[in-house]
Formats: sequence, C-alpha cells, structure tokens
Amino acid sequence: MSAMINHVTDDSFAAAVEQATGLVLVDFWAEWCGPCRAIAPILEDLAKSNEGRVQIAKLDVDANQRTGMRFNVRSIPTLLFFKDGKLVDSVIGLTQKTALQERINKHAAHAA
Amino acid sequence: MSKLDLIIVGGGPAGLCAAMYAGRGMLNAVLLERGIPGGELLNTEKIEDYPGFESILGQDLAARMTEHAKKFGADIRMENVEGIWKQPDGGFKVTTSNGETYHAPTVIITAGGTPTKLGVSGEAEYAGKGVSYCAVCDGAFFKGETIAVIGGGDAAVEEADYLTRYAAKVYLIHRRHEFRASKVVQERALSNPKIEVIWNKKVLDLTGEVIGLKTVNLEDTVTGERSALSVTGCFVFIGFTPNSGLVRDHVAHDATGYLVTDDRMMTSIPGLFAAGDLRVQLTRQVTTAVGDATTAAIAVEKYLTDLKTGVRA
Ligand SMILES: Cc1cc2nc3c(=O)[nH]c(=O)nc-3n(C[C@H](O)[C@H](O)[C@H](O)COP(=O)(O)OP(=O)(O)OC[C@H]3O[C@@H](n4cnc5c(N)ncnc54)[C@H](O)[C@@H]3O)c2cc1C
Repeated sequence: MSAMINHVTDDSFAAAVEQATGLVLVDFWAEWCGPCRAIAPILEDLAKSNEGRVQIAKLDVDANQRTGMRFNVRSIPTLLFFKDGKLVDSVIGLTQKTALQERINKHAAHAA
Repeated sequence: MSKLDLIIVGGGPAGLCAAMYAGRGMLNAVLLERGIPGGELLNTEKIEDYPGFESILGQDLAARMTEHAKKFGADIRMENVEGIWKQPDGGFKVTTSNGETYHAPTVIITAGGTPTKLGVSGEAEYAGKGVSYCAVCDGAFFKGETIAVIGGGDAAVEEADYLTRYAAKVYLIHRRHEFRASKVVQERALSNPKIEVIWNKKVLDLTGEVIGLKTVNLEDTVTGERSALSVTGCFVFIGFTPNSGLVRDHVAHDATGYLVTDDRMMTSIPGLFAAGDLRVQLTRQVTTAVGDATTAAIAVEKYLTDLKTGVRA
C-alpha cells in the first residue's frame, strides 16, 4: 500500500478530513468489494501524480460504520471530495482515471 | 508488444475461459477488463449450478477462473474498451479510455450486459444513494430499513428474498399480477414474512433529498391510481441490456441488441466472435458462457490457421 494514502477511521475522520485544509478525497471501501479493489491502484496513481494538490484517504466501511452512515453511503466505492473540510462532490462506483483527474482538477483549481 | 493474435473484450466467465483456451493454444492474446475479472460472478452470492461445485461463492469462482487463466499465460489488463473497429486489412482495432490502441486479426467480445434502467426521473440522481442494481454489492447498507425491489423475474424475486437478511421490510413491486420467476423461487419469497408483494404497479419517479432516496412514487397499471412508499432503498432488477454497442461497425443483432453468431460463435463480421451473455441464446448462465467461450477460442485458432494458409483470404 502506498505511503501517500492516509487510512482514516471513525475516530480520526474529523481531524484528518473535516479539519484539514485543501482538497481531501475519501474512498469508502471494503475488503469484499470487487470494484473497490479495481479502483485502488487508480487512486494510488492519482495520489502520486497529484502530490500537494489532493490528499487521498481511505475509510473501511466495515470497521467504521458511523462515518458511512453519517454521509449516507449506500454503495461502494463511494468517493467523497472535501474542500477545506466541506463536502463538495461525490463519485460513486468504479470510475476511470481520466474522469477522476478531471474532478480533482476542478476542485483543486478553486483551492489555489 | 509483439503482434497479437487475439483481443478478448471483457473478463467475466466467458472472457476468462476464452483466455485460458487461448493460452493453452499458445495464441498471443490480451484480455481487456475494465474492473476486476469475474464479471457478474462478483455480483452474485452463491453459484449452485456450476458442475463440480455444489455451492461456491461467486467471488471465489471468479478468483479461481482468473488464476486458471493466468496459469496458462493469460495477459489480463485493466482497460475500459471504448470501441471495436473493423480495419481495411480485415483485422480489428480496439480503443480504450487510457488512450491505448490494440490491433489483432481476431476479437472475441465477452462484454456481457448492463442492468436495464427504469428510465424515470430521480433514478440517476439517487444511484448509489439508495438506487441500486446489485443486492450483493449494496444490500448491507440497508440494515433494518424499508426498501423496494422492482421487477418480477427470477432475479427480482430471488434478490428480494436475499435482501431480507439486511432490510426489515421489502416491498416487491411488479407491474403485472403474476411473476415470471420460477415456482421454487416464488414460493420461497412469498412465504417470507418480511416481503410484501405489490402487484400491478409501475414506478412513476423516485424522489428524495440531497442525502438520498426517500420515496418511490407508483401508478396502478389497471386503475391509474397513484400512491407513494417511503423507502431508503430501491433495487431494480428488470433485465439486462447487452454491451454490444462496443462494436462500431454494422453487426447482425436481434431487436434487443444481442449479437447473432453462427455455430462457431462468429458474428456477421468475419474474425469477430461473441460469447456469453451478450449473444442471442435461450438461457444465460455461467455454464453457457464458458461453453460459448470454448467454442469461440477454438474457432479463433482455426480461423487464424486458415488465414495463414490462405484458405481464408
Ligand atoms: C445476481 C445474479 C445472479 C446470477 N446467478 C447465477 C447462477 O446462480 N448460476 C449461473 O449459472 N448464472 C448466474 N447468473 C448469470 C451469470 O452470472 C452470467 O450468465 C455470466 O456471468 C455471463 O458471463 P459473461 O462472461 O458472458 O458476462 P459477464 O459476467 O457480464 O462479464 C462481462 C465482463 O465484461 C466487462 N466489460 C463490459 N464492458 C466492458 C468494456 N467496455 N471494457 C472492458 N470490459 C468490459 C465487465 O466488466 C465484465 O467483467 C447470475 C447473474 C446475476 C446478475
């Protein structure tokens, strides 16, 4: 697993995501989810190629049910984009890298 | 990359089986799959009708088929295919979302289908926020809640039953007054106290709030009367639409888009073969998908030999 990806939990979510500045992308995932495994290497690539523009975090929904319920996650992978701690966008399901890069560009541009 | 003999588009049971045979036949092949290999097996809990496996988890069978194909040298790449194009030389070009282009004299398309949408307002808006097409994938997010299942075939009735493991209540909504599902499946669902069947109703639209789905709005197909159900989930099982649109040239298909083949699985375009769920056939199962793929892979070998020896110009 890449060092660039931050694993967050119900307990660390507020500090790591909601009190962070800049753009944070949180991947809600679980071990048993096929599309989550498919999107994982895409997110690792994006974390590397967008270093300094976006922080990528992962939250295991099985081990951390409170946060998923709070954001009404009903399908995984769900990717939530937070800017300066505020939820600004979401992407649900296996999504290609180019489409995710476009979303990052959209929100990171405003952050600058 | 050395010159390819074959491109397989889609890594479900059919694609994985074709890749295994292609490997055994020493063909230089690639398999392009947009996600994790396994196809619909990954959206299925248990498979209980695949010979030799009395009962196996869909994802376990998917992993075994993937390993088996790799053991014989399958080159599986994560690529989302955008189009399959016939080339002037009789071969094919396959383009992907990563901007890659693959060329080969033969293609086997095994891209399966996509769940048919209701086509009502709110459906896209609440996809992943209450609207789902896969019980095994999303069911666990509805623990103790009230949800709706739409449809009347085997899939709808079976999945309604499965979803009662999580949901407190499941409305099974069908636009007719009887199910198409098989008797065994129906009996199990109808005797499940958590399922309430709602006959003769079609979905008008889906409404909710930013956070997610709240209401399924219905219309009676006989009286026209309108009603509404408060639910947090709506699972839609009203059929599949074949992913045959990837073929960008004219190819023979039936009225619903399923590809027509000959008994060697070749489509109306020479060198383009089809196997599994996207092919016109009586039933769509794992066994038929791998059967088709076996025939297709062997037919590809024969086709390539004929090309080399000039039997086929
Ligand atoms: C809920 C459910 C339960 C089922 N239960 C059973 C059962 O008990 N027994 C049984 O025998 N059958 C069952 N089936 C049917 C069985 O799963 C299918 O018949 C079988 O998976 C068909 O295999 P396939 O390879 O043709 O297509 P699929 O399994 O659909 O595989 C197609 C693959 O192509 C990929 N693909 C599609 N488009 C592209 C693209 N543009 N680029 C790259 N890749 C692409 C997809 O990601 C997918 O992996 C069930 C199906 C469902 C949905």
